Amino acid sequence: MKSVLDHLQTLGQKGTGFFERLGRASILFARILGGAPSLFLRFSLVVQQTYSVGVLSLLIILVSGLFVGMVLGLQGYNTLVDFGAEESLGVVVSLSLVRELGPVVTALLFAGRAGSALTAEIGLMKATEQLSAMEMMAIDPIRRVLTPRFLAGVISMPLLAAIFSAVGVIGGYFVGVGLLGVDDGAYWSQMQAKVDLYDDLLNGVIKSFVFGIIVTWIAVFEGYDATPTSEGVSRATTRTVVHSSLAILAMDFILTALMFGEH
Amino acid sequence: MTIRLTEIWVGIFIAAGLAALLMLAMKVSNLSTYNQDKGYEVTARFEDISGLKVRSPVTMAGVTIGRVTNIGFDKNTFEAVVTMRVESQYNTLPKDSSASIYTAGLLGEKYVGLSPGGDEKSLQQGDRIKLTQDSMVLEKLIGQFVSRMMNNDSSKDKSSGK
Repeated sequence: MKSVLDHLQTLGQKGTGFFERLGRASILFARILGGAPSLFLRFSLVVQQTYSVGVLSLLIILVSGLFVGMVLGLQGYNTLVDFGAEESLGVVVSLSLVRELGPVVTALLFAGRAGSALTAEIGLMKATEQLSAMEMMAIDPIRRVLTPRFLAGVISMPLLAAIFSAVGVIGGYFVGVGLLGVDDGAYWSQMQAKVDLYDDLLNGVIKSFVFGIIVTWIAVFEGYDATPTSEGVSRATTRTVVHSSLAILAMDFILTALMFGEH
Repeated sequence: MTIRLTEIWVGIFIAAGLAALLMLAMKVSNLSTYNQDKGYEVTARFEDISGLKVRSPVTMAGVTIGRVTNIGFDKNTFEAVVTMRVESQYNTLPKDSSASIYTAGLLGEKYVGLSPGGDEKSLQQGDRIKLTQDSMVLEKLIGQFVSRMMNNDSSKDKSSGK
């Protein structure tokens, strides 16, 4: 009897714990945004963070974008050639990259590469009491540490996704046109005929922007909220990657349903 | 020095991101086919437009000269009203040109094909194309074909019975 009650108790504890964290995360989000205007006076902080968040993620984005594009070219060709429609390869590659794979895969890689690093850095700052030291010096650690990182992530994500898609289209071109003999002109012209600037490209950019907000928000929150021990920081880093990946995929479904449903 | 290097790298990163966006816009999407000039709008009425969509191409002799901008429904005549925007460089289309809805390939997407008439006056903003031909609906064609086959069969049966 007692064990059943215990289970109920842990269930309730987890439930309230979830809402507690969600509430804390929302308040933190508002405070981060509140710190944004004052950053225009010290924009170099954002530039420095853009370097560690965006520039250092560039290599992994370039390489994986190229390979994803090449795989799409190969897979798409093998399927399309059965229908004699291999001229549509450009459409397949570009639409899947611009609408889905570009934003989603970039966001997943971004969560693994930049998000985890953000959490670990902030969590370690907390564990070594650097954040408390800032508060002692009357410096708001949210404005000084979190907001620049958040803004850098939000700026970097759409750019990384655009680079991913562009490199992927080129990768598909190498495989499709260079290797498999799809017509050069058909690859680009069919693409241009089918990909719409607003419906496809702009919605893809909006998606990557939203993913950027989600990933960086989760990463920054987990770091700031981490238990200040080495184990706590490692758990927070794991949570960042897991939670942001799940959030990206769920959000992707919602955004896709909103954007690409029946007009 | 390191700060300067960081800034250079961030600059390169931002520039590369924007260049990628620009490349996607120009090379991948249809930005290059958007043009600034407004062109002029003409309307046409069809009894059946099944499958025609806004932004479907409007062609003459196979060349895309405009896009469908709006599809409406006239509740008095029960006809579809298709509004098309034709680029202003093609301003010499005869007034009695006819519009038909064709399908690209057997199952491809629908588009409006214009055929020139012989009128000396040309189409202006707001004109209506009077001669139209409806979209070919595959189900209807198959239905007609099947019913004709059945008629043939029954007439053959009658003749053989006699």
